[in-house]
Amino acid sequence: MADFMLLSWLAGLGVAAVSGPLGCFVVWRRMAYFGDTMAHGGLLGVAMGLMLHANLTLGVVVVSCVIALVLLPLQRRQAFASDTLLGILSHGTLSLGLVVLGFMSEVRIDLMGYLFGDILAVSMADVIGIVLGGGVVLSILARLWNPLLLMTIHEDLARAEGVPVDRIHLIFMLLIALVIAMTMKIVGILLVTSMLIIPAAAARNLVRSPEAMALFGALIGMLSVSLGLAASFYWDTPSGPSIVVAAMVIFISSLLIPQK
Amino acid sequence: MTAAESSPNLLLAAREVDYHLGGRKILDRVNLQVHSGEIVTLVGPNGAGKTTLLKVLLGIHPSHPPQVWRKPGIRLGYVPQNISVDSVLPLTVSRFLKLGRESMGAIMETLELTGVVHLHDAPVHGLSGGEFKRMVLARAMLGRPDVLVLDEPVQGVDYAGEIELYRLIGTLRDRFGWGVLLVSHDLHIVMGATDRVVCLNHHVCCTGKPDHVSNHPEFKELFGDHVVKSLALYHHRHRCDDHGEHVTLKRESPI
Repeated sequence: MADFMLLSWLAGLGVAAVSGPLGCFVVWRRMAYFGDTMAHGGLLGVAMGLMLHANLTLGVVVVSCVIALVLLPLQRRQAFASDTLLGILSHGTLSLGLVVLGFMSEVRIDLMGYLFGDILAVSMADVIGIVLGGGVVLSILARLWNPLLLMTIHEDLARAEGVPVDRIHLIFMLLIALVIAMTMKIVGILLVTSMLIIPAAAARNLVRSPEAMALFGALIGMLSVSLGLAASFYWDTPSGPSIVVAAMVIFISSLLIPQK
Repeated sequence: MTAAESSPNLLLAAREVDYHLGGRKILDRVNLQVHSGEIVTLVGPNGAGKTTLLKVLLGIHPSHPPQVWRKPGIRLGYVPQNISVDSVLPLTVSRFLKLGRESMGAIMETLELTGVVHLHDAPVHGLSGGEFKRMVLARAMLGRPDVLVLDEPVQGVDYAGEIELYRLIGTLRDRFGWGVLLVSHDLHIVMGATDRVVCLNHHVCCTGKPDHVSNHPEFKELFGDHVVKSLALYHHRHRCDDHGEHVTLKRESPI
């Protein structure tokens, strides 16, 4: 197997190891659409990064976080239903990103790569970034695990027990933004949420505890990456979508198992 | 410090609590006291601010300036109103109790006390309403509270289960000497199982022994005459059996 395949595979495994456990919280907190909105804003982050000659990953993290911070108070005000707001911001920022990129005719970028991922263009530096970033995200998530779980079950109960709910919520948003920036390389902006929710959802029927769901979410994500890349290698299918299709097939198979 | 607050039995007090939400005044100079060993029940119509008052007392809604007094070092246990666990979150009963630092021994002991120890390994989302409430009660007890705060503890529990649950709360109160503050809709059961009733409709309408409160004109106005009459009937029946001691007042704040 070629070297670039090895790098892609390592990067994919690293991303799956993080997006599985974090994705569990996205599923438990019903934040799939929220995550999607943050991810779509990622393209605007890429455009801003290119415009300002800044690091693109940083651009994605910053824009995703800003979107989350704008969304939270808007959702609390409840003038519009949550999904309406998410839809507006999700498509609005994606389109804005495309428009801004359109203005920069001097920059030639691989738009399809950003939208659907270009795992085969992963560099050694990317892999190191994913391992380091992923390690940071996982260790923070592990520290916040119990309070975050309690908040997910009942926010006021967590508050009454002294959990700093607002602060943990912000950190959680930041973790999602980081994972989105990492995952973007693998499956692209449009498919990022699938790596968060499909492996986690596929793990549900196999487990009886939140921790096991996180572990199996990571393992199923890794399996999806491996199967998707193999398909991509042998049948020349697009890598990002192949990974997502593999995850979906595993999810559908998991439905055959009765819930524990 | 007033005379009442110098009482060594006083655990938790709301003092002239005002609370606004979205420009609306939810609580208007509310005073409330919970002493050790006492069951205080908060009644009032929907939207009267009962849950808000509990949240202010628990510190979920901070009050500025602080209008809540807590005896230094006391711990509060909380059983919230609308708590449910989605089936997509895999959780067993004992894991639900283990979200803190509790040991397995303490967890089993507490589940034993609330009568659901046989369910310790059962998935949370398969529990009945009553079993679920007992699990949440056990979780609140695990923190060894001095005051237990329960918001509509019998919501989603059938009638027989309601009586059982109130009896359990009373028994545990006797055993551990907690102060108990609870919100309830069900006047019939509440009136029989409580030491002091506080009737809230944004402000405190009346407070006192169940008998006293149910004869208060403002209480009658809030709940309607037919409810009050049926309460009287209930009391009459209730006293005929040997639960008469339920309505005995433990201690009333000096007026």
